[in-house]
Amino acid sequence: MTAIQRISAGRRFKDRFVQSLVYLSFAIAVVPLVAVLWMVIKNGLARFDMEFLTHSMRNIGAKDAGGGAYHAILGTLEQVLLASLISIPVGLLTAIYLVEYGEGTRLSRAISFFVDVMTGIPSVVSGLFILAFWILALGLPFSGLAGALALSILMMPTVVRSAEEMLRLVPNDLREASYALGVPKWRTITRIVLPTSFTGIATGVMLAIARVAGETAPLLLTVFFTDSINSDPFNGPQMGLPLYVFDQAARPTDTAIDRAWAGALTLILIVMLLNLVARLIGWWRSPARGR
Amino acid sequence: MATPVRTRDGGSALSRSASRRSRGEVPFRYASTGAGVLLLAIMAAIAVFLVVEAIPALQANEGNFFTTLTWEPNSSQSFGIAALAFGTLISATLALIMAVPVAVGVALFISHYAPRRMAGILGYVIDLLAAVPSVVYGLWGVIFLVPFMQGPSEFLNEYLGFIPLFGGDVVAGRSMLTASIVLAVMILPIIAAISREVFLQVPRMHEEAALALGATRWEVIRTAVLPFGRPGVISASMLGLGRAMGETIAVALIFPATFGISLEILTPQGNSIAANIANGFGEATPIGRGALIASGLVLFVITLLVNMGARMIIARRKEYSGAAA
Repeated sequence: MTAIQRISAGRRFKDRFVQSLVYLSFAIAVVPLVAVLWMVIKNGLARFDMEFLTHSMRNIGAKDAGGGAYHAILGTLEQVLLASLISIPVGLLTAIYLVEYGEGTRLSRAISFFVDVMTGIPSVVSGLFILAFWILALGLPFSGLAGALALSILMMPTVVRSAEEMLRLVPNDLREASYALGVPKWRTITRIVLPTSFTGIATGVMLAIARVAGETAPLLLTVFFTDSINSDPFNGPQMGLPLYVFDQAARPTDTAIDRAWAGALTLILIVMLLNLVARLIGWWRSPARGR
Repeated sequence: MATPVRTRDGGSALSRSASRRSRGEVPFRYASTGAGVLLLAIMAAIAVFLVVEAIPALQANEGNFFTTLTWEPNSSQSFGIAALAFGTLISATLALIMAVPVAVGVALFISHYAPRRMAGILGYVIDLLAAVPSVVYGLWGVIFLVPFMQGPSEFLNEYLGFIPLFGGDVVAGRSMLTASIVLAVMILPIIAAISREVFLQVPRMHEEAALALGATRWEVIRTAVLPFGRPGVISASMLGLGRAMGETIAVALIFPATFGISLEILTPQGNSIAANIANGFGEATPIGRGALIASGLVLFVITLLVNMGARMIIARRKEYSGAAA
């Protein structure tokens, strides 16, 4: 048509072919997401009622209907809160060390490398570690706190990574302006650097919380099971919502499977809510935009 | 930290100011360094305590830990990792084979095909896949996918049964294949997210040079994007492999928990280290717990090696692209 030679049919076909493969792969990836969410909503609503949210499984026999996940929801909230209290300060301080103090030193490179490696620790191994260390070696009982420790091992590297990324986005000019006014380094960090990167760090922390809230394997080995309400995370076995779903799903009755779906729905609602909050924080007046 | 006499012996860090406000400098510095060191200590402690608690069980083991196929630490005190390690590797590899092509396609779709304005939203959709807790995938797998896979499995066995992988006399939904599919779904978002990141880093000039030579979109991707992104895709796949091997709850619900080594992925058998820990912990005796910890140690070492390999590839890449920029 034009002065430029037309693309040959073979090349055009290949281009179109690959394009359809790429579109197809995205469709394939979305199918399980839609399928899982649809099944969870459809099957979960059957038992997603006030009784489910306000009752425990105490005195509910193997074949009985009824019962709920109040004890599990309570346990999950407490465990995740404790895990956050442990891992947010440690993770944040580590990120501050990596960015502000240790830049280029051998220690910081070692920490940075092992934080990356730690991100890949299987969740069941973190549970086994707390089992070996806390319960077998120290002789302490199964408790919500033990579960929170296992969760915080999974949470810390995520917090470090996201906080580090955000701290690095803070322009150096800000730090230098602060030094020039005679402000000591630690005050510069707490008054200038951290507030500037606050929204980004908060987003990362919320995503980390959302991730550990759904973890089952570490809880299985550290908080054990209970059908009763135990509001004290420092004493005795607790329950967690993911654990509850696992426990009910392994029971062979329909009423238990219904409870498992309702538990899964509750869990997904909690996790998605945390994700949504994270995104909202991210959008809300982020000075470090562009990432 | 609280020195009764206020001195300036903090050294060079304090030389900038002698004012009252700089008193916090040293503690703050120590606290942040300490947090970093604590993370290193935790990593070391994980290895140490797993070894320490595994030793008594390993000493009581009457089988060979590396070759025995059964896992009976509670009764006959004979257990071996062979069948479990085999199942872990096979299920993770199958998941990887299924997930990588799709994940690369998804990454390309988001980075090069989708309209700019939608790309961000589509990225979130894929990230949502990663946000679904693994126990939910397990529940979906055992209630929906296991019965659903009965038909396709029989079909594969009937018509492709001459391939050893699809052979076997009994075909079931609860199989290695079903578990691998669930694993593939779970690792797909990780591989896709990292690959997308790498594809977006391809120097604009490379792509424009290819376009200027009259390349079609596919030729741009083949000549500029894929060669640049290959190390990133490889390391992303290795991270996905590590994740698949460590995944516990979803496969614990699906695997029929048998002990044996077989390549017939449609037959009702299969197990993995992580699934065995989740399923066996409840009724484990002290020796049984030690045995499970020993198997966890093996899993820890394998995933550590895979992850370190992946991180090294990424780190090398960073240096390279930094030099090129």
